[in-house]
Amino acid sequence: MLRAFAVEIVIYAALVTAYFFAVLHFLGGWLVQLETRHIRVYAAVALLLIIGQAVALEAVTTGLLRLLRGGRSE
Amino acid sequence: MFFPISHAHVSPIYLVIVGFLIGVLGGFFGVGGSFIAGPALRLVGIDWNFAVGTDLAHIVGKSVVAAKRHRALGNVDLRLGLIMAIGTIGGAEVGAQLIQVFKRAGNVNLVVSVVSIVIYVGISGFMIWESSKTLAQSKGRNAQKKSMARGGKHDESAFQNVTKAIQRWRIPPMISLPQSGVTISLWIILLVAFVGGLCSGFLGGGAGYIRMPSMVYVLGIPTHLAVGTDLFEIIISASYGAFTHAIKGNVDILIALVMHTGAAIGAQLGAISTQYFAGPKIRLAFVPLPLIGAAIVIYTMFSGHKL
Repeated sequence: MLRAFAVEIVIYAALVTAYFFAVLHFLGGWLVQLETRHIRVYAAVALLLIIGQAVALEAVTTGLLRLLRGGRSE
Repeated sequence: MFFPISHAHVSPIYLVIVGFLIGVLGGFFGVGGSFIAGPALRLVGIDWNFAVGTDLAHIVGKSVVAAKRHRALGNVDLRLGLIMAIGTIGGAEVGAQLIQVFKRAGNVNLVVSVVSIVIYVGISGFMIWESSKTLAQSKGRNAQKKSMARGGKHDESAFQNVTKAIQRWRIPPMISLPQSGVTISLWIILLVAFVGGLCSGFLGGGAGYIRMPSMVYVLGIPTHLAVGTDLFEIIISASYGAFTHAIKGNVDILIALVMHTGAAIGAQLGAISTQYFAGPKIRLAFVPLPLIGAAIVIYTMFSGHKL
């Protein structure tokens, strides 16, 4: 269980590092402009982004956990 | 790493670790963890207004993950959560208005500090008394074993006589909550939610430190369901708070997204851990959290240094 969790953390950390560099690279500039010019749109986009990320990361962690547990039992 | 919205230089690893720790606390206790997240962001030089707004945005994401996990475990009473969200938003607005009143009177810092210390210490003191008394009674009757055998969700409480008396107040309309096993007046649910919202608007954060215990002791909701339902309710109230703060320019969503990557895994870990603990033990473990909040307030009061 602990080993599966450690493996999950390592895979997850690699995915997350790649993910947030991509987010900062592709969305950073756009979000800054949105925040200064259309604050209401920025507020709505900010909420959608955090909820979207929550759902996506939950799916990733659940999938990883299932994959690792499945791999272990085989 | 430079975050252009808040103009702050912060290590993303620090943000992920803070997010992870708060995620574990949130998943296990059903609290937003703002009393730790706010000072932790302030500690690395993020302005207070950004710390509060960004923390609320990150709480939304973390609560989505933890509530989803609790829902899978059968720990979310959707009907109760939706009703409570209405009362919470109303209370939060009144709390924010009260802040404005004390701001105009020029004593907002003193009043908020004293009220928060009294509430934090009061909650901790009461929960120490109740959960240790319940655990002692459970040991005698071996009830804890029975409770765990039923899935650990129908827990005992030394305060249950008062809770049952409150449930007997038949002020219509009565609301049946089959998932929680409770039938109670709508007005009592709204009152509990309103008080939680009032604390949130007046003292800041999601006020899970008062809502979760109130759901257990006043409404009689089993602890596991109170934790899950509180998280579901926090999604709605924190979304509202994050949106209003974002409009005021107080949210750096890039910081919130980075923090949330740690919180996502921490929240799942915390939520899964609740399966292995009986209700009174979760409540007893909850006790230090409001005390940490009280210690931070006392520190800022006497040192004059805002964390």
